[in-house]
Amino acid sequence: MQPVNILGDKMEIAYYPGCTLKTNAKEFEETAIKVFEKLGVRLKEINKWYCCGTVYSLATDNLMYRLAAIRNLIRAKEEGYDKLVTLCSICYNTLKQTNLMAKEDEDAMYKINSFMDEEPDYDGSVEVLHPLQILNEMMDEVKAKVKKPLDKKYAAYYGCLLLRPKEVAIDEYENPSVMERLIEALGGSAVDFPLKNECCGSYNVACNKEAVIDANYRIITNARKNGAEAIVTSCPLCHFNLKEIQKEVKKAYPDFVGLPVYYFTEIMAMAFGVKK
Amino acid sequence: MNWLLSKVEELSGENLYACYQCGKCSAGCPMVNEMDLLPNQVILLVIRGDESVVDTKTPWVCAQCYQCGVRCPKNVDITKIMEALRLIKLRQNIDHIKLEKVKKNLPQIALVSATRKYTG
Repeated sequence: MQPVNILGDKMEIAYYPGCTLKTNAKEFEETAIKVFEKLGVRLKEINKWYCCGTVYSLATDNLMYRLAAIRNLIRAKEEGYDKLVTLCSICYNTLKQTNLMAKEDEDAMYKINSFMDEEPDYDGSVEVLHPLQILNEMMDEVKAKVKKPLDKKYAAYYGCLLLRPKEVAIDEYENPSVMERLIEALGGSAVDFPLKNECCGSYNVACNKEAVIDANYRIITNARKNGAEAIVTSCPLCHFNLKEIQKEVKKAYPDFVGLPVYYFTEIMAMAFGVKK
Repeated sequence: MNWLLSKVEELSGENLYACYQCGKCSAGCPMVNEMDLLPNQVILLVIRGDESVVDTKTPWVCAQCYQCGVRCPKNVDITKIMEALRLIKLRQNIDHIKLEKVKKNLPQIALVSATRKYTG
């Protein structure tokens, strides 16, 4: 097998699950570990981890909310890794932005390192990756593993946090294509649609569900009108907002026609013939 | 400089005077239909020192998706301005949600992020 540049000469990478991958998004984790194993890449869960705090804190003076992410990066470093992968888009975004701060903001890191007296100082040396960045370099290997080519039209839905802010984008932030290339490599056809990088409403679901219902209607209808028969995503919150509330969307919009929603690793497992 | 503007600039680290009101942020915002004030209008009101801006829906509907910031031709990260406005309320110990009213069947990812964004 060709070495994967992004992984260096190793075929094992530290894996950070995050809170939701162990509960609502179990199928995401299970299929991811299995399909990467098929590709010869081992996702090794780090021994100790904590919730990253989800959303990255944006206030100049709120360093406290960044500690959880820093501690997770230190855990990976302690276990000898210089790269860390995480499946959830929100975890990816938070860990990646925090790591950028660790590399660039000396003042902030002085405060954080002084505060975390019990931890070794952290310097931003663990690179945070998303599995789609690894797959981006392995499309030929992916093609070679396909046993049951996909036969549907899939719309790749990126949402916001894999692409923005642009410093952490895994692909072109206004017009990403890595998931479309993955769908095609798996034998399916990829449908382009303009709302592929529009936010699903995110945490509004906790107190302003109408906003999420409207976003769901807009996004799924737009994908369907462009020919999609299913949606593919990488974020457990997008997955929830697009999939689990479709009944409520139908109530609010009687003309709504839903679509099945999958994690990108689920369609990989289907195409590879991996049993759940 | 009025206290509101200086507070927002301090918390966000953004220069609000860079905004020339082109409205590109509002055009791209996916949550704009839920808002009572457009994102570019929020900037204008803060510059004018109009304190009613902290009681509008807009900062709470913002889902921190960063669309406004990446499209701003003047590199103003409006996402951070919305966070500053939320924090002005939250740091007065005024929470935006009552946790006991939040539905229990949500995934952790929704509960943790909502708690971080809507409570102090």
